Amino acid sequence: MSTALRFDPIRLPPECAALREQVRAFLTEHIAAGTFDPHLGGHGDSYNRAFSKSVGAKGWIGMTWPKKYGGHERSQLERYVVTEEFRVANAPSHLHFVADRQSGPILLKYAPEHVKQDILPRICRGELCFAIGMSEPGSGSDLFAAKAKAAKVDGGWRVNGSKIWTTSAHVADYMLALFRTSPPTKENRRHGLTQFLVDMKTPDITVHPINQMTGLPGFNEVVFADAFIPDDHLLGEIDGAWKQATSELAYERSGPERFLDTFYIMLELIRAVGPEPDLRSAEGLGRLVAQLHTLRRMSVSVAGMLQAGKEPVVEGSIVKDLGTLWEQKLPARVRELAAFLDPEITNRAALDEQLAIATTIAPKLTIQGGTTEILRGIIARGLGLR
Amino acid sequence: MPGEASHLVAETAARIFADFADPQTVNRDADGSWKTRLWDALDAAGLPLAWVPETLGGSGASIAEGFAVLSAAGRCALAAPLAETLAAGWLLARGGIEAPATPMTVAPCRPRERIAIDQGRLNGRAGSVPFAREVEHIAALVQDGASAQIALVQSERCRVSESRNLAGDPLDTVLFERVKPLQIAPAPRGFTKDSLMLMGSAIRGVEIAGALETILALSVAYANERVAFERPIGKFQAVQQNLARLAGETAAAIAVAGSAADALAGADQFDDDVFLEVVSAKIRTAEAAAEGAAIAHQVFGAIGFTQEHVLHRFTLRVLAWRDDFGNESYWANELGKRAAQRGADEFWPWVASR
Repeated sequence: MSTALRFDPIRLPPECAALREQVRAFLTEHIAAGTFDPHLGGHGDSYNRAFSKSVGAKGWIGMTWPKKYGGHERSQLERYVVTEEFRVANAPSHLHFVADRQSGPILLKYAPEHVKQDILPRICRGELCFAIGMSEPGSGSDLFAAKAKAAKVDGGWRVNGSKIWTTSAHVADYMLALFRTSPPTKENRRHGLTQFLVDMKTPDITVHPINQMTGLPGFNEVVFADAFIPDDHLLGEIDGAWKQATSELAYERSGPERFLDTFYIMLELIRAVGPEPDLRSAEGLGRLVAQLHTLRRMSVSVAGMLQAGKEPVVEGSIVKDLGTLWEQKLPARVRELAAFLDPEITNRAALDEQLAIATTIAPKLTIQGGTTEILRGIIARGLGLR
Repeated sequence: MPGEASHLVAETAARIFADFADPQTVNRDADGSWKTRLWDALDAAGLPLAWVPETLGGSGASIAEGFAVLSAAGRCALAAPLAETLAAGWLLARGGIEAPATPMTVAPCRPRERIAIDQGRLNGRAGSVPFAREVEHIAALVQDGASAQIALVQSERCRVSESRNLAGDPLDTVLFERVKPLQIAPAPRGFTKDSLMLMGSAIRGVEIAGALETILALSVAYANERVAFERPIGKFQAVQQNLARLAGETAAAIAVAGSAADALAGADQFDDDVFLEVVSAKIRTAEAAAEGAAIAHQVFGAIGFTQEHVLHRFTLRVLAWRDDFGNESYWANELGKRAAQRGADEFWPWVASR
């Protein structure tokens, strides 16, 4: 517990520059071939199996994992470059990204060897989509109130209950889920949850899509009615998943995806103000540039600390807190700055369309993967306040 | 702040500040006598002329080491012309001019002001010059048509009209009226007034980040001590949320100022990349200063609003430092213009290159 915060000025090593050029060339090719539209922020065809396989073929999924599981033993900083270039290009990565970011690392740590041998190489080839089964109808931020239950039976576990707001469950091949295996204890209300690998093709699992307010699918309710999970799909310690789940969330926190989700709107603003912006536009844009550069330097610094084997929990939470608030406010700021621009500007239609998209998705950015309130609780704990 | 190499120098500086510029002691000091003792100790350690090569009379520390000293100075909200003397020594060294072993400051300190030269005499008006009345020498950047020159001037040759910044530190206007410099030399190729403004901005950014570190530490300690409604106020979620925001602003300032200092340490010119780093640092640390100071005062309540408490030494200085060497609005306009000139297609590659 300390108020000392560390953000060393990490610079990306030289090998990252060559990699970045390869990634840009790959994305440019796919844009030219019509695989995706870089101007469609978040609303393109974000699940694209063929594209994810071509990303896997490039070696850009599971980049940091051991070669014996299909990984490439590259650095966190190289992975960082791939992630940020994909985000900025609005490349479809929903299919493989969750597995790459957090499910794979959890399996690496806790799955039995033969499960790792089976699944990790398929993730690396871009063949598998993962969902995260944490929230339930009565348990969201309060993860440890989860009720969906796994009961021990011969050879495995029987699961009953439901998960909700589960992104990607309608297309996912697997889910990493938390189920209750024991009641919480008086001393530790986080006790009693166990993490499982769930094959979504298992009978007795039903997925009900829930449309989001954007009008598009995304959420799901996943109902388990006596679904069977074999013993070898149990991950880590029985009743001890709270340790695992919180470190899983740490992977989620500080990447470039935590401030670049509405970045396309900033590029549209730059197009709209033109090469000789008026004072108001220039000053407004300049502040956004400074804020973006700051967030990126913070995020790279955390990636560098992860690479060095450190656990920057507070720093990572701070990046997500500041980053998601920034990307959430960005559409509103761009809207204000564009208010007095010439209505005849050539990209006005595109700007308005992108603004509508960004404004609509903005509310979710400070909720997914740990709400602002939860993050600040973690930061306060790190500061020694609780 | 910057890596291992700068540790030793920074530790020396921190020890001197703890001994001679402790905020509590300084806050109670009536006659300013702490300043002389502090300066003697800094001088003995070679810190004021850290950025001057040994051949020009300095101690030849690295850029990173100098910034580490300034970070430590920020952490104690130093009210002495150390940053200004470092900057002046650095500026003189760009012109190959030997630095005098006295406190110094630099001019101009505002982006739109200029000091001109006519037949070897300097003319012009430089506003908002920190500590001008307290120093013996001023390092000035002089505009000579299209080229720049660097001059060493005795401050007694200038007309100094006194004023103060928010924190009460001297912030004076210096009038150059046919002033004959002690020495003058051409600035290196490509070195402009903007170069001086950028160096000054990076310095203020690093100082603000350092001061915010202390503001955060003081605020958290107070929230854990102060009991209200039968609990330490730090146990209340509303207060925790505020302190988490303060930590966020402090983190942003540390990261962006540290990155700018690192960029300058590795740069041989003030190109577009250094511009992005340093200008972003000035803008973002200024924003963090405003947000952070407000949160800290909210945590402390009335006691933090008294003369007797040290909090104002930190909060008023971070607010004051925003204005030196171009405020955040000025630089945001410049940065926005440069981003717009690059255009949308060249914007991300610029950001990602850092």
